[in-house]
Amino acid sequence: MTSLADLSARQQADLLRQGEVSALELTEAALERIEAVDGRHPSLDPYQMQTEDLEHVHAFLTLTPERAREQAKAIDAARASGEPLGPLAGVTLAVKDIFCVRGTLSTAGSRILANFSSPYNATPVERLEQAGAVLVGKVNLDEFTFGSSNESSAFLPPVGNPWNPAHVPGGSSGGSTAAVAAGEAALSLATDTAGSIRQPAAFCGVVGLKPTYGRVSRYGLIAFASSLDCPGPVARDVTDAALMLGVIAGPDPRDATAARVPVPDYLEKLGRQVRGMRIGLSQDYTVLKFPHPETGELVEQPITGEIQAAVEQAAKRFADLGAEIIEDVPMPNTRYGIPAYFVISRVEAASNLHRYDGVKYGYRFDGPVDDLPQLYRASRGAGFGLQPKLRIMMGMYVSAAQYEKDYYERALRVRTMIRRDFERVFDPQGEYRLDALLTATTPTTAFKLGAVYGDSLLMQYADLLTVAANHAGIPGLSIPGGLDSQGLPIGIQLLGPDFSEARLLQLGRAFELATESESWRQVRPLVVRNL
Amino acid sequence: MPHAEKRIPPEVITESIFAHLTHLAALDLNPEEGDYLRRELNQQLRAISELEAIELEGDLPITSHGVPYTDATSPQLRPDESEPCPLADDILAQAPQVEERYIVVPDIPHEELE
Repeated sequence: MTSLADLSARQQADLLRQGEVSALELTEAALERIEAVDGRHPSLDPYQMQTEDLEHVHAFLTLTPERAREQAKAIDAARASGEPLGPLAGVTLAVKDIFCVRGTLSTAGSRILANFSSPYNATPVERLEQAGAVLVGKVNLDEFTFGSSNESSAFLPPVGNPWNPAHVPGGSSGGSTAAVAAGEAALSLATDTAGSIRQPAAFCGVVGLKPTYGRVSRYGLIAFASSLDCPGPVARDVTDAALMLGVIAGPDPRDATAARVPVPDYLEKLGRQVRGMRIGLSQDYTVLKFPHPETGELVEQPITGEIQAAVEQAAKRFADLGAEIIEDVPMPNTRYGIPAYFVISRVEAASNLHRYDGVKYGYRFDGPVDDLPQLYRASRGAGFGLQPKLRIMMGMYVSAAQYEKDYYERALRVRTMIRRDFERVFDPQGEYRLDALLTATTPTTAFKLGAVYGDSLLMQYADLLTVAANHAGIPGLSIPGGLDSQGLPIGIQLLGPDFSEARLLQLGRAFELATESESWRQVRPLVVRNL
Repeated sequence: MPHAEKRIPPEVITESIFAHLTHLAALDLNPEEGDYLRRELNQQLRAISELEAIELEGDLPITSHGVPYTDATSPQLRPDESEPCPLADDILAQAPQVEERYIVVPDIPHEELE
C-alpha cells in the first residue's frame, strides 16, 4: 500500500490544499518511514559494522520531530483559517547537514563541528520554510562534502543505498538522495561542487539538479570550494525538482554571487513538446581518458555498457519525441576536469577550512597545551578527518608561491578551455546549436561500501562526467534512466547553457512521460519494497 | 573504474616537504595518517601533472568562476553601513571558552618587532 510518505511533493501539497490530508499527517508519515528504514543512528563512536547496518539507510544525523510537528500544526491552522499557503505547504524536507539551520546542529559530517548549533538560517532553508516545507531532519554527507560515497563522514554507520544498502548512495549528498529515494522526505536541499547532487541522485534513482552557479544563494552554506559550490534540489521526479527550484532560486542581498537574473516559472513548460530541440551526444563522455593511477600513462576506458545503452535508449526516446540528435559533438577538454578540480577545489578548500581553529566555535582540544598555535594544531588534528586534511595540504602545496603559476594559474586557464567547449556547442549561431547535451551521469552504478574508499584518486574519478559543469558554471540535471542487471539505478544527465534550467526540466519531464509505462519505473527501492 | 596493483609513485612530496606542509596547515598528525596523506598527495599530483602537457594559448585568460557576471546580473552593493548584530549572544554561546564576553585562548607567542 502506498504511504503518504511515498507521494511526490506536488501530490502532498495538492492533497493538503484540497483538505484531503493534514500537514501533521504528512509529517507523521515521514517520521514513521524514518523509523522503519533508517536503522541505528550515526554517531562519532568508533564504528564496528553490524550485519543489520547493511539493511538500513542511516541517512539522518539530526531528527527534528518536534520542530516538524510545530511547523505542520501552524500550516494546518493557517489552512483552517483560510490564510494563503506557500507552494510547498506541508511537504516534508530533509536538509543536507552542510546548511545552517538555526537551533539545529550543523555538523558538515565532521567531528570539528559536531557540537556546532547554528545561530542563523541559510537562505535556501529560510525560503523553503517560508514556502511551507516541513523540516523533518538533517542528513549525512561526506565530511565537508569531500567524497563521492558518504563513507568519509565522521558519523557512522555510513549511509546505505536504499536499492541495496550494501552499496554506497554516492556522495557527497548521499544522505539527501537516500532519504528521498526511501520516502523519508519528499524533498532534500543538497549541494553540488563536482557532481555531489547528480552522482548520488543517479546512484539512488532520484532526480538531482545542479543549478547554474549564482542561481541559488550560498548564504549559510558551509563552504567547500566557493567558486564551484551550488545548492540545489533532490526530488523523486522532475516536477518536484522544478517546484523546489522555483522556491530557492533568486538574488539574495546576503550573497554577492547570487545573480540578479529573473526566476522563471519552472513548472510552466513541463509537459510541453520537445520537438525540434537539438540534443547532443559526445564521445568524450562515453570513452573516458585519465592517467593511470600508478604509471601516469593515459588510459582509455568506456563507461559501463549498460549505462551507455541507457543513454542511447534515452536519445532514441528524445528522437521519437521529435528532437534532433546531434552525434559526435566534440568536448575535448572534458578529460581535464578532474586534474583541474584537484587543484582549484583544494586551494579553495584549504582557504575555507582555515577558519576552524578551536577558538570561535566547534571542537576544541581539551588536553593541556602551551600556547595558541599548539591549540590550533591539536584541535584541527583531532577535529578533522583524513579527507579535509588531504585537501588542506594539497591546497597549500599547489598554491604555494613557487608552484602557483604551474598549478593554480594553469588550472584556472584550463577551466577557461572547459568553459569554451560548452560555449561552442551551445552557441545559437554556432555549428552545433545545442539545446542540451545528453550524457551518462556516472561511469558506473553504485559501488559496494568499502570498494573504493581510501583511494582518493579513484573516488574522485567517479565525478568525471559531472565536474565539467561545475568548472563551466552551467546547470546539469540527473534523472533516472533505468536499472542495471543488479537492479541498481542508472542516471542520465542533461547539461545546458547558463540559466537554462527550465529547458532541462522540460526535457527531463518529457523523458519521464515517454518512459512512464516501462517496467523499470514500477520497481521500488529494496528497503521500502516489503513495508 | 580501473583497479591496479599498487606501486609507490615518485615522491614529489618528500618527507621534508610534507613536514613543512603539516606545519603550515596547523595539523597534528599521527604516523599512520602521515603515511596515508603523503601517499595520496603524491598520487593526486600524478593526475594533476596531466595539466602540464596542455598547450595553452599565450593570451588564454583564467576563469575564476564559470558564469560571467555583467552589470545587469551582478548584485548591487549594499550601503556601507554598520548595524548591530542581533545574534551576538548566540554567536558567543558557540565559543568553547568565554569569560565576561571575551573568548579565552592559551598564551599567544609574540616577539618584539625591531
